[in-house]
Amino acid sequence: MRRVLSAVAGLVVLIALWEGYKAVGNPEGTVLFGVRILPRADDLSMPHVWDMLSRLARPELTGGRPVWQVVLGASLFTLGITTVGFAAGAVIGLLLAVAMQRFRIVERGLLPYVILSQTVPLVALAPLIAGWGGTVWPEWMTVAVIAAYLAFFPVAVGMLRGLQSPQTAGVELMRSYAAGWWRTLVKLRLPASLPYLFPALRLAGAAAVVGAVVGEISTGTRGGIGRLIIEYSREATSDPAKVYTAMLGAALLGLVVAALVSLLELPLMRHRRRVSVVTM
Amino acid sequence: MRRPLLASLVAAALTLSACGTADTPTTTTPGASGGALTPIKLQLQWFYQAQFAGYIAAVDQGYYQEQGLDVQLLEGGVDIVPQTALAQGKADYAVAWVPKALASREQGAGITDVGQIFARSGTYQVAWKDSGITKAADLKGKKVGNWGFGNEFELFAGMTKAGLDPGKDVTLVQQQFDMQALLKKEIDAAQAMSYNEYAQLLEATNPATGKLYTPEDFAVIDWKTEGSSMLQDAVWANTEKLSDPAYQQQTVKFLAGTIKGWAYCRDNAEACRDLVVAKGSKLGKSHQLWQMNEVNKLVWPATGGIGTINEADWKQTVDLSLTTKNQTGDTVLTKQPEGLAFTNDYIKQALDLAKTAGVDINGAGFKPQTVTLTAGGA
Repeated sequence: MRRVLSAVAGLVVLIALWEGYKAVGNPEGTVLFGVRILPRADDLSMPHVWDMLSRLARPELTGGRPVWQVVLGASLFTLGITTVGFAAGAVIGLLLAVAMQRFRIVERGLLPYVILSQTVPLVALAPLIAGWGGTVWPEWMTVAVIAAYLAFFPVAVGMLRGLQSPQTAGVELMRSYAAGWWRTLVKLRLPASLPYLFPALRLAGAAAVVGAVVGEISTGTRGGIGRLIIEYSREATSDPAKVYTAMLGAALLGLVVAALVSLLELPLMRHRRRVSVVTM
Repeated sequence: MRRPLLASLVAAALTLSACGTADTPTTTTPGASGGALTPIKLQLQWFYQAQFAGYIAAVDQGYYQEQGLDVQLLEGGVDIVPQTALAQGKADYAVAWVPKALASREQGAGITDVGQIFARSGTYQVAWKDSGITKAADLKGKKVGNWGFGNEFELFAGMTKAGLDPGKDVTLVQQQFDMQALLKKEIDAAQAMSYNEYAQLLEATNPATGKLYTPEDFAVIDWKTEGSSMLQDAVWANTEKLSDPAYQQQTVKFLAGTIKGWAYCRDNAEACRDLVVAKGSKLGKSHQLWQMNEVNKLVWPATGGIGTINEADWKQTVDLSLTTKNQTGDTVLTKQPEGLAFTNDYIKQALDLAKTAGVDINGAGFKPQTVTLTAGGA
């Protein structure tokens, strides 16, 4: 209940800030020495919150579905892509982390490339993957690959750190039990890595959303919220509130993904409390 | 120990990227008429909109099917470059602007212009009526918006032609793909396509009157009248494959279907508008009809037959590409295009085919409509 209240309070503060700036801000924006330091507060740049909300209720095009349905549908589509990308990225990240923990040589050889992979700009990556499309490979898979590409990184790095986190005493205790690598992994390293895994998963969730939205924009994949943002932004000239409805959809998507990821923690955290004695 | 691992990683990466580019086989059954349809992919420059109505109509009305082709249209995206997709074999044909495609050719893309569908350029520079800007020379000392990314060369050629130094005499502003900067008077003149951004201005509400802006509020510099226009939408084919008789034949058929599609949209603008809207365009009906009408003006009338490349226009495009410098001092091209940059061979055969089938390939009697835009183009 308190969490709900604080979430609502946060939203109210955000709206108050937006409308407050609109009320006091210069409609032409504040320019100091030829550099704009504060944005314009006019209706074209910053539509009123109620304009955005009423835009959600009106039809997208004459005789079409209301905007909120379109935005919601697009957000759900992107949520699907994000989920696939997140799951694939998390699995790949986990496997990489385990491999890097198991073999020192893999860590030394692979880790630089894992880090390097995140410096490749999506602009360069997207057209390359876009060509994979075909009958077996639906178009949205391209976007899911981009999402996975961004999502695997925090999991791989965070999980590796987690797997390496048990103290030497713990590892040696396992050895004295004559436990092999697999047993040590399951009984000691995995439970110990959970506190590292969850922040990593949250980062991966956010990265997957960004990857899915940007991937849609980049490849022009239709159906999702990223494509909707770029389609609506073309109408920014005549219908500025419409652009923000799509952005609301993207924000909602981000929140839902964050909530889903934290739901993942619930069963696993219970498990952790039970075994934490072993790690001592 | 480290080196073999690295080597195998590199090898793995190479295998992966090889999969990335080599998995779209183009199965061309030579002379497939009557039997199975030949699958063909056409890469568009952007999302479905009336700019591509002729191709959409040719698919929908079965004009490609008549030619034994099963054409799949590929929508563009922010990072999709049609001529690159064509050169990499991800598409069989691509729609692209001539200067940009020529720039890609210079960088090694093996592509040939086989049909110049848009005979005219649709690029405007739009200013407020009360600014007194009516021609390129008036831009002196003004804040001039431009899109960059190779979309700006007609503007720069126009200013250069009018005796201005674009680097010194005007303040250049990188423009977004909407017209807010002009409406907010952040810039004095904005780049706009006649069929898109200009319409967006006319779909916006004037806060002073509460009504939509009208053409009377704006002054338009049309690069066609300033003599600095360059050729735009053309159908490009893979140069290497053009030596294959089967691909040649297929190109003729593809162009014949395309001609019929554009002729249909000339005579049935509303029907084509509906086709585009049905394709799920997020731009409204009146916007698409405006776009259809403006695009028709760029195609028709076509004196030499639709798609024929006019040597003089081609030369003007190439000359401007070689000589016009943008703000960073770059030209589109550094040398004359080499090899087969364009050919009228296939469009001529296609025009003959279409003419025999009773298609009006010139549209001499084409009369543009007057389209009324509604708020937001809805």
